[in-house]
Amino acid sequence: MTLLTIKDLSVQIGGTPVLQGIDLDMAAGQITAITGESGSGKSMTALATMGLLPQGAVAQGQILLDGTDILQTPEPALCRMRGNAMGMVFQEPMTALNPVQTIGAQVAETILIHEQVTKAEAHARAAAMLERVGLKVAPTRYPHELSGGQRQRVVIAMAIAMRPKLLIADEPTTALDVTTQARILDLLQGLVDEFGMGLLLITHDLAVVADVADRIAVMQHGRIVEEGATPDLLRAMRHPYTRALFAASARAVDLPPVPTDAPLLAVRNVVRDYPTKRLSLFGPRPTFRALNNVSLTINRGERVGLVGESGCGKSTLTRAILGLEPVQGGTITVDDAPVSQGDHALRRKMQVVFQDPYGSFNPRHRVDRLITEPFHLLDNPPKGEDRAKAIAKALKDVGLPPDAAGKYIHEFSGGQRQRLAIARALIVEPDLIIFDEAVSALDVSVRAQVLDLIADLCRKRPLAYLFISHDLSVVRSITDRVLVMQAGKIVESGVTETVFANPQHPYTQSLIAAAPQLPELAYAADAL
Amino acid sequence: MSRNLIIGAGLTAFFTGLAALSFLWTPYNIEVLDIPNRLLTPGGAHVLGTDHFGRDILSMVMMGARTSIAVALVAVGIGMGLGVPLGLWAAARRGSLLDDLIMRGNDLVFAFPSLVIAILITAVFGPSAINAIIAIGIFNIPVFARLTRGAALPLWERDFILAARVSGKGAARISVEHILPNIANLMIVQGTIQFSLGILAEAALSYIGLGAQPPTASWGRMLADAQTLVSIAPHVALIPGFAILLTVLGLNLLGDGLRDWLDPRLRVVRT
Repeated sequence: MTLLTIKDLSVQIGGTPVLQGIDLDMAAGQITAITGESGSGKSMTALATMGLLPQGAVAQGQILLDGTDILQTPEPALCRMRGNAMGMVFQEPMTALNPVQTIGAQVAETILIHEQVTKAEAHARAAAMLERVGLKVAPTRYPHELSGGQRQRVVIAMAIAMRPKLLIADEPTTALDVTTQARILDLLQGLVDEFGMGLLLITHDLAVVADVADRIAVMQHGRIVEEGATPDLLRAMRHPYTRALFAASARAVDLPPVPTDAPLLAVRNVVRDYPTKRLSLFGPRPTFRALNNVSLTINRGERVGLVGESGCGKSTLTRAILGLEPVQGGTITVDDAPVSQGDHALRRKMQVVFQDPYGSFNPRHRVDRLITEPFHLLDNPPKGEDRAKAIAKALKDVGLPPDAAGKYIHEFSGGQRQRLAIARALIVEPDLIIFDEAVSALDVSVRAQVLDLIADLCRKRPLAYLFISHDLSVVRSITDRVLVMQAGKIVESGVTETVFANPQHPYTQSLIAAAPQLPELAYAADAL
Repeated sequence: MSRNLIIGAGLTAFFTGLAALSFLWTPYNIEVLDIPNRLLTPGGAHVLGTDHFGRDILSMVMMGARTSIAVALVAVGIGMGLGVPLGLWAAARRGSLLDDLIMRGNDLVFAFPSLVIAILITAVFGPSAINAIIAIGIFNIPVFARLTRGAALPLWERDFILAARVSGKGAARISVEHILPNIANLMIVQGTIQFSLGILAEAALSYIGLGAQPPTASWGRMLADAQTLVSIAPHVALIPGFAILLTVLGLNLLGDGLRDWLDPRLRVVRT
């Protein structure tokens, strides 16, 4: 039975077409996934279906939910439908919840808006719904007391409180860890089966799509380029973009062999405690141990991965290694010299590339000034002609034209910004680069290019790096050795392939089991 | 460019222009009393009429603009010059004892009603334009310090600051190179608003006789002198009143317009 029919939907914002001729059919009790890269129009399709298009957007065509055209429905009637006939789950569960209301009250609110029931009854039903979504905490708790996965369960409970026919989930697991992601996807699948609702799943993660969706629609530049039942589509991808997308997700890069065995970075028994809230007025502050006796070494030219879920201490370790924060115990040495804030000669041996391609540059400086910032570490920084040459070389190394030097950062795309971040790290020719989730925010095709770039740089000169990521498949392809971190401790380490093929620690095993797998694709290799 | 910005900039430019012109030329010398021609209505030889001493009101307004703008500008300069570095310093040492000392010091100044303390200062050190400047300036310091610290704190968490720290730059250098350019918009806007508040404060102090002393002209004093004559010659009170009103309005519109113009994220499309 058809639940949702989108017919020839086109949306323009300020004269720019953002959706063109979208046709989509969705059946009840099925999961339909829309996938594509950022800016392809996935979220806009979801918003149009909810009748939540941004101001100034002009829509044409039809969106029929059970025979009602959303585009022709006036706003008051849409308000009655939202939350009632259709529910929505957002990407970021923290911002989707009101921080000053208890979770029970927020779920009950949805019920109170749509039905004439007493408060007590609404709260009882809310509590039952929270239990149904597998939340094991009291409804009187506040959002900040919950973990990311628990919050997402609350958001889902709000969305399904009225048992809508259509549930739209926009990147519902993107902000979550792999093990949590697996559980949330399980929950969504269970709800679809139990309630017989249609789930429109918007996600960029092809492994998730291939895992859970009954039908897949692939979007590019505001159009659906390919659509079909999941097994059929995976077996025979007709559109080259679909193939390129899947190939880029499964991208494996060729790393040159590690040149030597000379140790470069040594972290020995490092402990990092953060003070937490005082429990009594004059008592000592309790501490939270973010790094618990962490030891690791990285040899010259060695590529080491560090995986673990959010809050496990990955970022704390990065900051400790870079000497940005003091440690409470243990030593961190580079070439046998201890790391400290003031030692410029030592610091130029280490650079860092951060996750957020938007936040890692000062928006008020030009590129030449941005990427030469580490020159501050040199006693005799190049000036005039030499400086210009160094800038041109750094830009060339990361595959950007020399005229990029005069531009501001907002003129670059996310992938280009990450290239600039790498250029900034490379300009003082460090021995070690720390990639802190450096490709996590990038689209798959751009990510594949940046990973290729990193492998290229390793071929040009021996470059050691610590590659921190929650994405196991990326770590698997770009590192020689991998460390697995849990709750401030390194629980497993070894040669990457060995660890992935034969994980020893139960935590590593659960991580690998939870990660959604891309199906094997026969022609993936020759598509890019 | 928004309508606010154009109107605000226009009004501000007009009164600043009047003040600047007064250095070169005024229609009459305001230090010369001309009792026979007192309380003339606008029009004729005296465009805006004369006051109870027969002084030309247009010339008085021009000279008064000079006093008001000079006092407010220097006061804002004091507030910014001390407040912004204090705020940057507090943000750089966030969470430390120094941060607490600076911010609690600010709270202390904030705790007193500004005009009351200004009256106290001028009462102790004697009424003069300089003391008015100091009094108004002191109360601008915590405004800028708090705003700077508040705007700088989230910036310190950004990755580009971490990148600068990885490049070995110290807190002072990062504050000047990275933090300051990113909060400059905010400071310009707040500066404009404080400027308008400064003009109001100056007018209030001279109104109660604690600002610039005669024969220096000031809008507040003109108002005070004219208040008993409102029923006989309302224009004598209305004209300086409008001068204050329009300058403050112009500066506020300018601040508003500048904020929208400098920060495109806040631009609202009016339909």
